[in-house]
Amino acid sequence: MLNIVNKSPLDRGSLDSCLQAADGGAVLLIEDGVYGATRGSVGEAKLKAAAGKFKLYALAPDAEARGIADRMTDGVTMVDYGGFVDLVAEYKTCQSWL
Amino acid sequence: MKFSILINEGPYTHQASDTAYQFAKAVLAKGHEIFRIFFYNDGVNNATRLTTPPQDDRNIVNRWSKLAEEHKLDMVVCVAAAQRRGIVDEGEAKRNGKDATNLAAGFRISGLGQLVEAGIQSDRLVTFGD
Repeated sequence: MLNIVNKSPLDRGSLDSCLQAADGGAVLLIEDGVYGATRGSVGEAKLKAAAGKFKLYALAPDAEARGIADRMTDGVTMVDYGGFVDLVAEYKTCQSWL
Repeated sequence: MKFSILINEGPYTHQASDTAYQFAKAVLAKGHEIFRIFFYNDGVNNATRLTTPPQDDRNIVNRWSKLAEEHKLDMVVCVAAAQRRGIVDEGEAKRNGKDATNLAAGFRISGLGQLVEAGIQSDRLVTFGD
C-alpha cells in the first residue's frame, strides 16, 4: 500500500499513526508532510526507525517550496508529481492519512 | 489506468486543492484516464463561480473548470455538502426556493453514489484533504 502523509509531525499525529498502523509498502510525504523528513528533525528519527518497513518518498516541489529540498534525510527518494502518479499506479491501494 | 480523485478541502485553505489539481494534471500527462473528480465536505467550495482571487493569485475554481473543459472531465459536487455550504445550480435553486445560482462551469451536483461508483469503476481512488 502507498501511504500518503500531508501534515508535519510537529502539527499532527498522522505520520506516527501511519508508521505504527500501516503494514508496510511505501510512505509518500507531501505538502507539510515533507517537514517530517528534514535532517535533524523529530520526524527523521521516526522515519529512520521505520525505514526497514517502508520505502520512503517525498514530493520534491513541496520540499522546494519550503526551502528544505537540500536538507532531506538520507534514504528518502524525491519524486515530482509524475512520480507521485507512478507510485499510486505501482501500489494496488493508497491511503491518505488525514 | 483509470483514476478518480476525492477532494475534501476548500480552495485557499491549506494545500489539498492545489495538490489535487497538480496531481490530476500529472495523471493526464502520463496518459492515464480520470474517471471522476468528486468534491465532498468543504471541497464543494471549489465549485463556486463567484470567487474573485487577486489578479496575481491562481484562480483555483477557473483552473478546475478549464481542466474539465480541456479533458472532458466529470467533476461532481456532493449535493448534501453543497446545500449546507450554498453551492447551487438551477435545479437546486428551484427545488429549495433560492434566488441565485453559483455552480461554476464543468461541475455538476449529484449524490454520494457517484463517489461509490468512482471507487468501483476506477483502478485507483486518491483522496486529498485536510
